[in-house]
Amino acid sequence: MSVTTQDRNPIIRWDYVVDQSDDILAALGQHLELTLISVAVGLAVSAPLAALALRYRWTTSAITGFTGFLYTLPSVALFALLVPVFGLSRVSTVIPLASYTLLILVTNIIAGFRSVPDSVLDAADGMGLTPARRVLSVQLPLALPSIITGLRIATVSTVGLLTVAAIIGQGGLGRLILDGLRRAFWTPMTVGALLSILLALVLDVLILWAGRAATPWARKAAS
Amino acid sequence: MSALAIRLDELTKRFAPDGPPAVDRLSLEVPGGSIVALIGPSGCGKTTTLRMVNRLIEPTSGTIALGDVDVTHRPVTELRRDIGYVIQQVGLFPHRTVAQNIATVPRTLGWPSARISDRIAELATLVGLDESMLDRYPDELSGGQQQRVGVARALAADPPVLLMDEPFGAVDPIVRARLQDELLGLQERLRKTIVLVTHDIDEALKLADRIALLNIGGVLEQYATPDELLRSPANAFVEQFVGEDRGVKRLALSAVRQLPFEQGPVVPIEADPATARAAMAENRSAWLGVVERGVFAGWVQGEQVQDGTRLADLPRYPPAGRVTPSSTLRNAMEVIMNSNTSVAVIDDGGAFGGVVTLEAIRAELGLSGADPETGAPV
Repeated sequence: MSVTTQDRNPIIRWDYVVDQSDDILAALGQHLELTLISVAVGLAVSAPLAALALRYRWTTSAITGFTGFLYTLPSVALFALLVPVFGLSRVSTVIPLASYTLLILVTNIIAGFRSVPDSVLDAADGMGLTPARRVLSVQLPLALPSIITGLRIATVSTVGLLTVAAIIGQGGLGRLILDGLRRAFWTPMTVGALLSILLALVLDVLILWAGRAATPWARKAAS
Repeated sequence: MSALAIRLDELTKRFAPDGPPAVDRLSLEVPGGSIVALIGPSGCGKTTTLRMVNRLIEPTSGTIALGDVDVTHRPVTELRRDIGYVIQQVGLFPHRTVAQNIATVPRTLGWPSARISDRIAELATLVGLDESMLDRYPDELSGGQQQRVGVARALAADPPVLLMDEPFGAVDPIVRARLQDELLGLQERLRKTIVLVTHDIDEALKLADRIALLNIGGVLEQYATPDELLRSPANAFVEQFVGEDRGVKRLALSAVRQLPFEQGPVVPIEADPATARAAMAENRSAWLGVVERGVFAGWVQGEQVQDGTRLADLPRYPPAGRVTPSSTLRNAMEVIMNSNTSVAVIDDGGAFGGVVTLEAIRAELGLSGADPETGAPV
């Protein structure tokens, strides 16, 4: 590579970033949106699966086995398989990403609920709490730290995996990265990579903070 | 709503349909306002019995009535809100502050928040919790404080019945003794019907009005007051369970006020030497106690009481310890052992209330311990 090419194609060209800022922000917005949708869908599917495993213990191994199997599927393969069915759409993107969150979310919800001490449940029953109230006001809050941990891991890995969805025309920041790679033009690639790392970090910290705010007792006990 | 009796009738529990019973046709009545201890070795079904009262375990057959109402005829959550429940591991909600923990049942019952906060303050005083504890989380409290919160939470909605499953089993002996004393103090005022599960015979003897001693498989061996249990064990199992030192244990159950009044080698300070020497001789004592204006004023050495001495002029020694009419005979024994005079002086609200001697204690135990039919050994 000549010196002049290096000058015209540095790691980042700020004038290009300013010029394309609308497009970059749109990609970031799409990345955030698809991440949140995927994790939300993952959580909505995990909750009943975890509830089933907790209620009927014998289903636990089948459920964790199934979610573990989903997790082993290569992402590119899964995107490719869904395109003939759902097209180059959000649905084809969200299904694999949500599937990948199931293993960690189901595992952590189950672990969270099982971490509630028997004596606490015994006391709750003994005081005449209804089963629904016991779940909502005792078990769920106490399972929250474990669930929050699961959400953080699921969210961060979804931000990363989403870049791969660029191959089916989705993928937010992944599109910038792919675009840069195709054209051997480093700026969009650098911007896409840096922003996806930043997004992962920011979301991780936000969930961490939200979790801390929701579980004040856990901090006091640790201090 | 207080002083509700609990009646167990032919209560049986089998965990497996054709397995051995955990509780076997158990019938007993817990009188309203009294403390009954369920005690026995592991596997005697004491906890199972307790948990059938608030239907955490459903009986296989037989009935349990609170007052006149069969517990199975009431919705289970409603029933449990009428029954305070205290367990060894306390089971406080770690994500709720002390105040929120105490408020659990009142909130479930939909009390207005002003009434709830009044009640929390009242209970904190009742169980001896500092106000500053109320906003803390359970993990910030010591074991003893946690158990106080557990008791306050169980009492929150003023239930007529309290079930306690080894409530003081997880705290150290000093705290345990204090919590036991506090429970007795609470019970003086509240008069709840309390069923207490324990494996500690001393705890049962100290706290219970009646003790139900169960054997493996939930068989009732004896149901009696602590004194009866120690005085006349129904069989060898009971005798072995209460221990060989049951005579000494009975000392803790009787109070000084149960003894007949005994003047002992004690005279008014104005008494003449002849009267003083007669009192010492009669009690075979080398020491003479003097009473000044109705108050015990100290001991003087017998040999110093000569013809013509005024008792008021002699050097006086304070007693080694004092007992009150409500002290146990065990306390009195302790004082006697520690004194040179072999006598414990009774301090009845400041006034001289007589003395306790070893002979008097032995007579009390012997009298009530003698079996009129077989004749007790002497």
